[in-house]
Amino acid sequence: MGIERIEKRFAQLKNQGRAGLITFTTAGDPDYENSLSILKGLPKAGADIIELGMPFSDPMADGPSIQAASIRALKNKMTLSKTLKMVQEFRAEDNDTPIILMGYYNPVYIYGVDRFLKDALNVGIDGLIIVDLPPEEDSELAIPAKEAGLAMIHLATPTTNKTRLRHILENGSGFLYYVTIAGITGTAKPDLTPVKNALDDFRSVSNIPMAVGFGIKSPEDAARFAEFADAVVVGSAIVDIIKNNLNQENVANSGLRGRVLSFVEELAQGIKGARK
Amino acid sequence: MNDKKVNSYRTGPDEDGHFGIYGGRYVAETLMPLILDVEKTYKQAKNDPAFKQEFHALLKEFVGRPNPLYFAKRMTEHLGGAKIYFKREELNHTGAHKINNCIGQILLARRMGKTRIIAETGAGQHGVATATVCALFGMPCVIYMGAKDIERQKPNVFRMKLLGAKVIPVTSGSESLKDSMNEALRDWVTNVEDTFYIIGTAAGPHPYPELVRDFQCVIGDETRVQILEKEGRLPDSLVACVGGGSNAIGLFHPFLDDDIDIYAVEAAGHGVNTDKHAASLSGGAPGVLHGNRTYLLMNEDGQINEAHSISAGLDYPGIGPEHSHLHDIGRVKYVPIDDQEALEAFQLCTRLEGIIPALESAHAIAYVMKLAPTLPKDHIMVMGLSGRGDKDIFTVADALGEDI
Ligand SMILES: Cc1ncc(COP(=O)(O)O)c(C=O)c1O
Repeated sequence: MGIERIEKRFAQLKNQGRAGLITFTTAGDPDYENSLSILKGLPKAGADIIELGMPFSDPMADGPSIQAASIRALKNKMTLSKTLKMVQEFRAEDNDTPIILMGYYNPVYIYGVDRFLKDALNVGIDGLIIVDLPPEEDSELAIPAKEAGLAMIHLATPTTNKTRLRHILENGSGFLYYVTIAGITGTAKPDLTPVKNALDDFRSVSNIPMAVGFGIKSPEDAARFAEFADAVVVGSAIVDIIKNNLNQENVANSGLRGRVLSFVEELAQGIKGARK
Repeated sequence: MNDKKVNSYRTGPDEDGHFGIYGGRYVAETLMPLILDVEKTYKQAKNDPAFKQEFHALLKEFVGRPNPLYFAKRMTEHLGGAKIYFKREELNHTGAHKINNCIGQILLARRMGKTRIIAETGAGQHGVATATVCALFGMPCVIYMGAKDIERQKPNVFRMKLLGAKVIPVTSGSESLKDSMNEALRDWVTNVEDTFYIIGTAAGPHPYPELVRDFQCVIGDETRVQILEKEGRLPDSLVACVGGGSNAIGLFHPFLDDDIDIYAVEAAGHGVNTDKHAASLSGGAPGVLHGNRTYLLMNEDGQINEAHSISAGLDYPGIGPEHSHLHDIGRVKYVPIDDQEALEAFQLCTRLEGIIPALESAHAIAYVMKLAPTLPKDHIMVMGLSGRGDKDIFTVADALGEDI
């Protein structure tokens, strides 16, 4: 399916007149089984699109929460192959919810770009967000991904002007991910107005769907951004709930899955109520 | 003349910051406009005589350049082969080559109107050099340093504090240089408006590998003049240690097109066949980290491994992209030296020459000790003595089982 599954989902959201909820969790956090079990529960809890983090040893754009999630997953021997397998298991039950892999380039580069794109499509991945591949490096992965039919979701940030945005969107596809703050994940809380202004400005350049993320932590926050964004991404807040439901040895407590999914339900409720 | 240009080893990087397949700009989008701005500013500065003049005046008056090209007579006699010269970067103000680059970069930062400086440091030499230029120009300075490195380089930590810098311990990952670089990058994306990141080695996103190299080329440029004065000819070989590779590329680059054997010494820690070393060319593979494609130490899943070296300044699982290219095309030979060999060289140099070298530089000395005896007496060898070893005496005492 690839990019079409994402386009279809945004079309549905538009028909429903609401923003989508994009959840982020790290594949293999805290371990393969629990991570998969949470993943499988996300669509029913209200996730419209799933972002799945590929753990990396050196997550330069991430704050403490997502760094720790990567470390937990890697400690439990998570690999890129296992992340692909996890998506395959998810797809056996769900054919509608787009899955986007998010991470850093090195594991993909080492896996091999061609092999990665082929396997990613085969297991049912629809898009990619690679934090350390700006448009200057589009020939590495964005262009081959696009040719293979996978969306290459590019980031825009508070440092992006319209000229730069045009450059970003040359090979960016699926949707635009607007990073609400200049900073790393899970730290500063974004102000609403500058984000809204930026999106208004960008919409004069392109009609690609625009998601916002970074620092959005509560159903109330999510609702505020959902008034004008096409989708809202929540990551660190979900990852924190995972962390808070582990014991000293980072083994999952029995309530882990339930707590994560009920938080996702609250987020989805917030977003659904936003434009009423 | 044109033919010579085409065959030159000195033309890199290309427009997009590539040396062969290495280099590039693998950074978060938030940083891209800033990185492009650094590139633009550097291009202008490079061709601005006033910039060059200010840079060289500071190197002369503040750093104390030119430093000597010193004939290491007793070392030469002891080894019984090649005639050995030391390029004495350890005599620079702050005790290492790192200051050359810091002077250049802070001038760039000022040119860009930036008001806050950040840096990463391993051995603390780059941190001290950065804190020093910040004191010189009255700019606030934040240094990221691995908790493990803070422990083994205490004198430098205190020096930075005296100079007015804020030293932030990094407790993520392996608590050493690569993690400090991650933290510095996290700071930078958060403070893009007012902050300039002074990277300490010839690595990172374009244009850093190029500009750090250019600022460090003063090492090789001086060496060229000095050896012609002393010997009336160019050397037959060059030797320098490589962490990220800034002192090495600074010495080598002006000689790349000459018929000279060039050796760069990587830290082999407990040995390149163990999992405790920092020799990314001898024991790594091409990957992408910290803004560039280059050789890295990593596992089969692309996760970066922790490096190990007795010397904090070489304890990094990567290397600058130009070195990766020079390695692939065979222009420079990259050789490993382990902790033990470096310790022996540290002691030998101290006793024979009355110079306490940095443990980083001791790796280069150790290779000179291997190579020089195999060469004839009329072979001229120049070694980059990148820094002084006062900062390392605790580490060395510990390794030798001495209580101080
Ligand atoms: C004295 C000295 N030499 C060498 C190095 C290694 O750095 P580079 O390879 O960039 O010269 C360091 C780094 O801290 C150092 O302090």
